[in-house]
This record gives sequence, C-alpha cells and structure tokens, in this order.
Amino acid sequence: MQLSATHLWMIPALPLLAAAIGSLTPRGGRKLAAGAAIAAMIGAFVLSCGALVTALAQPAVHASANFTWFALGNEVVRVGWLLDPLTAFMAVMVTFVGTLIFIFSLGYMKEDRNFTRFFCFLSLFAAAMLGLLVANSLLLLFVCWELVGLASYLLIGFWFHKPAAAAAAKKAFLTTRIGDLGLLLGLLWLYHVRGSLLCYDGGAGVLEQGSLTALAGTTVAGGFALSTAIGLLIFCGAIGKSGQFPLHVWLPDAMEGPTPVSALIHAATMVAAGVFLVARVYPLMLADQALASVPVHALTVVAGIGAITALLGAAIAVAQNDIKRVLAFSTVSQLGYMMLALGVGSWVAAIFHLLMHAFFKALLFLGAGSVIHAAHHEQDVRRLGGLGRRMKATFATFAVGTMALAGVPFLFSGFWSKEAVLHAAHAWPVSSLPLLVGLAAVVLTAFYMTRLITGIFLGAPRTDAAAEAHENSAVMTGPLLILAACAIGLGFIGTPAWPWLQSNLGGIVVEPESIWEAPGLMLLSIGLVVTGLGAGWAVYGRRRNVNASSVDPLAQAAPGLFAVLAARLGFDEFYAATFGRLNTWVAALADGLDRRVWDSLVSLLARAGEFSGVLNREADEDILNRGFDRTSATVRGVGQTYSRAQAGETHGYLRTVALAFVVFALVLLLGGVR
Amino acid sequence: MNLPLLSLLVFMPWAGAVLLAVLRNARPAVARTVTLAFSLSTLALGWAVLLRFDPAVTGFQLVERRPWIEALNIHYFLGLDGLSLLLVLLTGLIAPAGLLASWRDARSPRMFGALFLVLQGSALGVFLALDFFHWFLFWELSLVPVFFLIKLWGGENAGRAAYQFVIYTIGGSAFLLLGFAAVFAATGTVDFGQLATLAADGTLTARLAHLGNFWPQVVFVGVLLGVAVKVPLYPFHTWLPPAYAEAPTGVSMFLTGVMSKMGVYAFLRILWPIFPAPLHAAAPCLLVLALAGVVFGAFAAMRQTDLKRMVAYSSVNHVSYCLLALFAVSAASGPGGPAAGAASAALGGALLQMFNHGLSAAALFCCVGVLESRAGGRSGLDDFGGVRAAAPVFAGLCGIALFSSLGLPGLNGFVGEFFIFRGVFGLAPWTAAIACLGLFATAYFLLTFWQRVFHGPRAGAAVGNWPDLRGVELAPLVPLVALMLLLGVLPQLLTGLFNPLVAHWVAALAHP
Amino acid sequence: MSPLQGCLLLSAALFSVGLVIALARSNAILVLLGIELMLNAANLNFIAFWRFHSGAAPATGVIFVLFAIAVAAAEAAVGLALVIALYRHQKNLRLQEATRLRG
Repeated sequence: MQLSATHLWMIPALPLLAAAIGSLTPRGGRKLAAGAAIAAMIGAFVLSCGALVTALAQPAVHASANFTWFALGNEVVRVGWLLDPLTAFMAVMVTFVGTLIFIFSLGYMKEDRNFTRFFCFLSLFAAAMLGLLVANSLLLLFVCWELVGLASYLLIGFWFHKPAAAAAAKKAFLTTRIGDLGLLLGLLWLYHVRGSLLCYDGGAGVLEQGSLTALAGTTVAGGFALSTAIGLLIFCGAIGKSGQFPLHVWLPDAMEGPTPVSALIHAATMVAAGVFLVARVYPLMLADQALASVPVHALTVVAGIGAITALLGAAIAVAQNDIKRVLAFSTVSQLGYMMLALGVGSWVAAIFHLLMHAFFKALLFLGAGSVIHAAHHEQDVRRLGGLGRRMKATFATFAVGTMALAGVPFLFSGFWSKEAVLHAAHAWPVSSLPLLVGLAAVVLTAFYMTRLITGIFLGAPRTDAAAEAHENSAVMTGPLLILAACAIGLGFIGTPAWPWLQSNLGGIVVEPESIWEAPGLMLLSIGLVVTGLGAGWAVYGRRRNVNASSVDPLAQAAPGLFAVLAARLGFDEFYAATFGRLNTWVAALADGLDRRVWDSLVSLLARAGEFSGVLNREADEDILNRGFDRTSATVRGVGQTYSRAQAGETHGYLRTVALAFVVFALVLLLGGVR
Repeated sequence: MNLPLLSLLVFMPWAGAVLLAVLRNARPAVARTVTLAFSLSTLALGWAVLLRFDPAVTGFQLVERRPWIEALNIHYFLGLDGLSLLLVLLTGLIAPAGLLASWRDARSPRMFGALFLVLQGSALGVFLALDFFHWFLFWELSLVPVFFLIKLWGGENAGRAAYQFVIYTIGGSAFLLLGFAAVFAATGTVDFGQLATLAADGTLTARLAHLGNFWPQVVFVGVLLGVAVKVPLYPFHTWLPPAYAEAPTGVSMFLTGVMSKMGVYAFLRILWPIFPAPLHAAAPCLLVLALAGVVFGAFAAMRQTDLKRMVAYSSVNHVSYCLLALFAVSAASGPGGPAAGAASAALGGALLQMFNHGLSAAALFCCVGVLESRAGGRSGLDDFGGVRAAAPVFAGLCGIALFSSLGLPGLNGFVGEFFIFRGVFGLAPWTAAIACLGLFATAYFLLTFWQRVFHGPRAGAAVGNWPDLRGVELAPLVPLVALMLLLGVLPQLLTGLFNPLVAHWVAALAHP
Repeated sequence: MSPLQGCLLLSAALFSVGLVIALARSNAILVLLGIELMLNAANLNFIAFWRFHSGAAPATGVIFVLFAIAVAAAEAAVGLALVIALYRHQKNLRLQEATRLRG
C-alpha cells in the first residue's frame, strides 16, 4: 500500500475525528470513545506504513503537496504536506507507540470517571503530533506545535482536582511558551525575509538552496549570519518543547499527569518534537557551516545545550526517589543526547536515537505505570521493593527497557543508537567536550537505572502497598511485551554493519562497515556501561534490611551533593527568585502605573474640572447673580413707588395732566422757545 | 426590490426601542422577546447585506445619500465597505448574545431592552455613517444608554464607573468635535470621502494652515484624543477596567465586543485616510504607546484579583494589537510605501483581530457573568475552585474562549495575532519582539484564571449545588464558541470580505 | 385786536371752560364733555393759525382738523362705551368711586 503526499492529511485527520467523537460522547460512552480512538490510531498506523513505503521508494526526495489556506490582503498563505523518510519514520513510530499506549490506557484508566475525556484528549494529542510531522509549512508546524502543547497541558492537568497537577500543567504550558516565543520570532523573521514558510516548494521553499544561500549570505547584528539567528530562534522552541537546559524544569513536574500520558507525550513523542523540529530545519541550521567569520555556528550552540542537558539530567536522576521523576530526568538527559547528536552534525544519529528511545522509554514508563497501578498509586522507590516476584512480566520488560536505556551491548536497541551518537560526537572537529559529556552520562545512566530497578523489583517489600501488588491484566502487559520486543529487535536496523535506517533516512546510501571500525570508542563505552551497572549493583543491589525510611547510601556518602541533586540543582527556586520575581515586579509596575499614575492624572484633571466648576459657581453666585438680583430689586422698588401714583382716581390723573399742561405752557412762555 | 438596507439596519433597533417604550405594561417575557427579536434584526439584515455585497469593490456600496441640511452641506450618507460589514456582522452576533447573557436579570427588562437597542442602533450608525455630522451624533448617542445601563444595572460601584466612563469619553469627543469644526470651517464639508480626497493631495493641510499655522496639528491632536480615549490607547485606558467590571454582563460583552471596535474603526475611517501625514509623523510615538498597551495591559491583568477586571485588562491588551499594526504600517508609510506583504499582513491581521477579539472577549465576559451569577455576585479570583468538576460543559466552553483569547492556533485568535506579528515584524522588528512579552503575559494570567477557578479541589463559591449550564445560559456561548472553532480553521470566511480593501489600502499607502 | 388774537382768546376761553369742567365735575359724562371742549379749542387754534398765517400750504389746517374731529368722534364712542360699562358696573357715574384700576 502506498500513500502519497497529497493524501497525507488523512493520517492526522483520523485521530482528529476520534477526538471529535470523544468530545461529544457522554461519560457513559466509554467503549465508543476508546474504540474510536484506538481504531483511528490503528488506521493512522496503517496509513503511516503506506507513507513509509512511498517515502522509501525515493528516500532523497522531499515530496510535497501544497495548497492555499487563505488569502490575507495581497498575501496568499500556503501550507502543505511533506512526505520524506523523516516524516514517515516518525509517523510510524508515533502511531505504533501511540496505539500500544492507548491500549495500555484501557487498563490503566479503567476506574477513572473521565475515561472518555481522557481518550478524547489523547486523540487530540495524536492528531496534533501527526499534523506536526506531516506539515510542509513551518506555519502549519507551529499550529500543530502549539496544539500538542495544549494537549499536553490538558493531559498533565487531567487530574485537575489535585492542585499539584493543575500547577504542573500551567508550568509546562508557560515554560514551553517562553521557548515558543523564540520560535515564533524565528518564523516571523523567516517569513518576512523569504515571504513564505513552506519548507519545500519546488525551489522556492525556505529549506531549499536558493533560500539557504540568501539567508547565509546576509549578516545581521553581532556579525551573525541571518540563518544562524533564525536557526537559533527556532532552536529556542526546541529547547522549550524538548525540555533542554535551561527550560527543562517543566518536564519532571509534568509527571503529575496519568502515566500513559507521561509515556506517550513526555517520553516518546511530544518532547521529541523539538529534536524533530531541528532535524526538519537542518538545512537551515547547516547553512552557516561554511562561513568562517561568524561568532558561533548555530549547531555549536545546539551541541552545547544538548551536552549540558545530557549531563544535568543524568546527574539529577541519580538522586530522585519518585519512579516517574527518575524516568523524567532520564528523558531530559536522553533528549540532550539527541540534541548533542544534532549539534555535532549527525541528524540521522539523533533521529535514530529518538526512534529507539521512543520505544524503550515508552516501555519504561508503561512499566512504571504498571507498577504504580499495581501498588495503588505508590510511586516512591523507597516505599516499594520486591515486586519482581509478583510482577514477572512487568519486571522482565522493565529490565529490557533498562538495559536498552543503559546501552547494554549488542542485543539492545539503545546500544546501537547511543553508539551512533557517540561516534558522531567523536568525529566532531570542533570540540571533544560533547564526547566526554556523553561518556560521563553513559555511566550515570547505567547507575541510576540500576538504582531504580533494584529499588522497585528486588529486595523485600517495604510497605503494605508493595507487598500486596500483583500483576496487571493482559491489556496492560501485552503492550509491554510488544514494546520490549521492539526495544530488543529494532536496534538492528541501524547498526554500522547494516545501516538500513541511516541510508534511508538521510537519502544518502551509507556503506556498511564492520562494527569494529572504531573499536576503541566502542570498547570504552561498553566499559563505562559495565562500570555504571556494576557500581549501581554494588551500592544498591546487595542492600539488606532496608525499610522505607532508610537513608540512601549515596546520601550517607556525600550528603551535600546528594541534597543538591535531589533538589534538582535548585533551578525552580532560582527561577522563582529571579524571573518569577521580575514577572511579579513588572506586573506590579504595570498595575501601579495604572492605579497611581494614570488614574491619578485623570483624577487630577477631573479635580481641575471640578475646581473650575466650583470657581464658576462662586463667580455666578457672587458676581453675576447678585448683580442681576440688585438690578431687578431696584426696578421692582421703582415700580412700586410709581404704582402708588396710580391711585385709580380719574380726577387725579386729570389733575396731573392739567398741571403738566400748565408747567409746559409756562416753560414755553418763559423759557423762550421761539 | 430596492430596500434601504443600511437605514433599516440602523433604525430597526431604534424602532424596537420605541416599541418597548410604548408597550408600557408589557410582561417581562414579552419585553425580552421583543428586545431579542429586534436585536436579531441586525444579524438578519446583515446577512441580506452580505448577499448583495461585492468584496471586489473597494469603494462604498449600498450607498444612501440624501441632502439633509443643505445650507451646511450636510448629507444623510450611509454606505459600507468590507470593514463596515465586518463590524456590522460582529454587532449582529454580539448584541443578541449579550442580551441572552443578561436574560435572567430581573430588573425591569423593558427598560433594559430599550436602552440596549438604542445602544445597538447607535453602534451600527457609527459603522455605517459616512458624514461626520450624523456619525458624531451616533458616536455620542451611544454613550447615553451605556451610562444608564451601567449605573442602573451595574455592580456596587457602578455609579462612579459610569460617570467616569461617560465623562472621560465625552471629554475626548469634545476635542474630536472641535477638530472637525475646524475642518469644516476650512473646507466646508465633513463628508469622509471628500475629506479623504482633499487630504490625499494636501489641500486639507493647506486649508487648515490657512486658518493659522498650528491648526493642522491642533486638529489632528484633537481628533486623535477623541478616538484614543474610545479605543482606548494606553494611557487613556483607566476608565475601561472599572466600566467593564461594573457593567452588567451583557453590557460588558457589548462594550468589549463592539464598542471598543468603534474606536479602532474611527482610526481606520477617519485618522487614517484624512490625516495620513500627521499620523505618519506621530506614528513612532503612538507605536510606543500601543506597545505599552500590549505589554502593560497584559502585565496589569496579572495583578487583578477580580475576574472582570482581569478580562477587561486583557481587552486593553488585545485591542492594542490592532493599534500596534495600524501604527506600524503608518510609521512605515511614505514615499515608496512599506513592504507590501508586511503591510497587508498587518492590516488584514488587525481586521481579523477586531472580529476575533470581539468573539473571545465577549465569550469570556459571558463566562465570568455565569460565574458571578452562580456565586451571588462574587467574581474574585479566589472565590472559586474546582468549577470544572462541578460544571464540565461550562468549563469546556470557557476553556475554548480562554485559549482563543491567548491565541492558541486552531482557534480564531491565532490567525489575527500571527499576521499582526508577521506584519509588525516586517515593519518594526523590535516592536514585535517586545510585544511577544504580551503574548507570554496573556498566557500567564489566563491560565492562572483557569487554574484558580476551574482546577483544584472544589472551593469557595463552587462548593455545594453548582449546576452546569442550562437552557438559555448556553445560548450566548455556544454560537460564539462554534465560530471560534470555525474561524480558526477557515479564516477565509472573513478575509474574503476585506482582502481587496486591504490591498487597496496598501496600494494607497505610498503617499508622498 | 386782530382776528387771530380774537380767535386765540376764544379758544383759550373754551379750553379753560373744558378744563374746569373736566377737573371739577364728578360725573363721567361731564368730564368727557369737558375733554371734548378742550379738543375743540385745540381745533380752533389749528384753523386760526392756518387761516391767518401767510404762506401756509392749502388745506393743511382743515385736513388736520378733520382728522382730529374724526379721532375725537371715535374717542367719544369709546369713552361713552366705557361710561356705559362703568354705569353697569357701579350703578352710578361718580368717578371718585371708580378706583379699581389702582396700581
């Protein structure tokens, strides 16, 4: 079966339809909502496989199907679908892992009263994630990018009645939004310069040669190439979404969500979207490589951030006691690995690690979910223990996942992808720091996973909840087994001896070579894995007579360091004290400006108006009105005086007339009017 | 059939008001129904207008022009273009929704309805009048019903808020009137079209300068002040939070959904075409003010403990985006004109934003109104908790409105905001970068709202019997939310109305 | 004594008689009569000055007097009407009692 780029929209459309069905289903329609979600996911998986077949026929081609979304003024906004091996591999992974996690959720969420809502949100997430993968336009990608953020928000806060979950959801949304603003600015800049956000558009796309040459050839402030500036802004989005330093703080808190959510969104797929984004715009990130005069290459920054995150996450994971927090910091660390691989120039290794990580980390999270479900939502390692005997399937699959994550040689997929990353770092000419950091993280990873698995499954049960736990139903263990099989088998598609994935992903045929091509590095890394596992076993594996309140051996050895790591290096407190306070301060400033300054000014004006009114009234009363009053009083007085003459006696009047006559006559006669 | 559609549009609500005034003994239910029916006339007539409207024509359509006061060269002159039509449709949506949101308010529905219809008719008059004389009549007339609606049906401090609102706005309008008196003295006409023609070739400035050298500036500042208070432009916004917060729910919806658009409309219809050169000169300064509105509006909202004030501040923030786009375009206009793509994105985005903000802000006020009515008048941020558990449908609808307001892609708010940013970035990059702070702050306070009110354990007023939305409470929210979803995916339903107009504006921007 | 002087003397006498009647009598009709006498004295003056003055325009004096007589007739009519009204009102014609128009 084949699926061309034109019909790629069907892949996200199916889960979207399921989400619509789920949103309209009442609480009672559990079967309908879950059935629609799972059926849609399986359908999307089949379609994705078809897309993969199509893409693999011509791995070097970026097949796109563009169309007009809408017009705005003179501008026509075009979006489209893109089919290349990157899209196809990611889509297959997302739909496959997604299907398994959906099925697992049937069991895990069985008792939740908002069961239908859960599947609605999960489907919405899947639709957005798949949309992000198939988008040929960075605008459409951004739309889906934000929608996965929304789904993540809704699912982290799924148990919204818990204040911690509500706070974690908000924190996740806001922290990623900080990165998204960088991404937004990058896209705006790119849009402004290129007039389009289509990745591939028959030569006119932003990731095609003409655009890249123009972008690399323009210099902006600070001597950066324009492509570096835009690339780094886009990378900001990836930092937020993929939990990279310094925006990693939201990811551990996101574990407040139901465990299947953690597995799907915060381990396997969404958090990897940042890695996918950088891989998608890789031509842009690479465009400044040929320039010698720039202060820094975009990819160097990516490598640096990735290296810091890889080490940081692994170190913090050592001192966490919550199963899901350990896994979350492990995810942070592994995402750092992927970024590191991108930075050192091998996006293929990064995507290889991404795909492998998705399977084994989903496995680990679902395993953790199985444990948590069995132990009645007890997820503190110190209060578990001894579950291995009662939960054999979970234990076995969790062990497979652990070994894959730790990179136990040859059999497990994580080994091969990690080797690919380390080799790429080894080959990086700029600096050997990423390689050293990567190797250090290998030891730490092996160590904290040993600590985790011994804490959960070995020893004696330390609480009643752990003692009473029993294996879950097949609907939960089934997905675990399938994922475990993948965690073992899938690594072989990308070994140096048979670089099938590498050849098909990059579109450039990679020649097979012996796995012993660089024996030194491989032996070193195997040695480090063994060291880490051995050290973990030495510290935790043989502990006896521990109970829930025993102090961790590491905390006994180095209490200060352990406390700092357990407190996650104080990032949350630091941000609260700086940015949080700044935020509050600016808000107070804005509010104070309104209340104190602008409102006072208006009040002042109003007072001035009022005052002039008072003045006016006084003037009216005292000067104008009183004047009028006087005048009218005088007139009235005069009138009254005269009215006395109006006696009503006709003879009086006549006498007056006569008198007047005599007076006039005398005046005429004597006054001498001639 | 050649009905005077535009006159009908304006005067139907007024006819309803007169009818309500006559029906002295109407029962409340009858009064409400009559009000709603006449309020819906706008939507029906707007639809009829839409069918006859040709988007390709950039001039005015369905024009009605009759001499009115011939001695003063004043005409009764109605007409509409894409911009007016957009706002007429918005009014047609928001006004009935506002009425439905205040449906349960028991106090004298006949009086309320009559005043509301007068308000609606006046707003439509502002959007359709093309001669300053009666445009200004409509503009001022809209204040009278608002004053009474806020004062008589409003909250605790409604008296003060109503006085402040009306006097502040009238104060601004006085300058506007003064400015136009000078314009009339200089040119002998107050026809918007004729004035624009006069302005385009510099005659207007020359004639005003004839009155005295400083007159062109004085007139511009006067008109600017009048419009800036109405929008409001930072820092002339301090009347807004108390007015919106104290007004009854339906009136708050109308104020934020329609009335704030009257200001932006006046910018586009008056300042933009009639005073292009002074606006261009003042634009850098105004750009900073709009930016302050975006950033400080959002940050100030974070500090509000009253939900209505918070939403009111978000309104300041959102309307400032429109102004940001206008000023950025105006600042970049001039010989050769601004980058056409960026300018048309900014202007188109601003028009979309006007409509979208109308929907989302009205819906948010409606939701706060529901909360308030359930909680017996309380609307503090800390008065609630866990409402989502009690009322999932309400929470869902409110959540969509909220995410639309914070610009989540897939909902209507995003498209407008994205293209405003795209345009402003092309014209004034640093402004766009700083305005991003506003985006973050908006998300921050809206999510705080959502978290405190809807999440967590049930607390405060949400404890006890708290029914979900029922019957008539759903009526205003459902259409608004449905449109948010629809327009988020298909913005062309709106952009199709005004695209040629925007293109025409952009082409006209390259003034000397 | 010239004829003019004679006429003037006659008119002065006439006027004086009218004035005395108007001032002295209390009957409204007699007061009216006195006023008419004074009016006619004035008319006599007009005619005399016109007749015995050289260079006067033809007929001016006569026209004046004719107008004055016409006005006097109208006035008499009004006056008599008032008198009748007064009589109806107070059943006599004593002016001392007719003080209702007092201001």
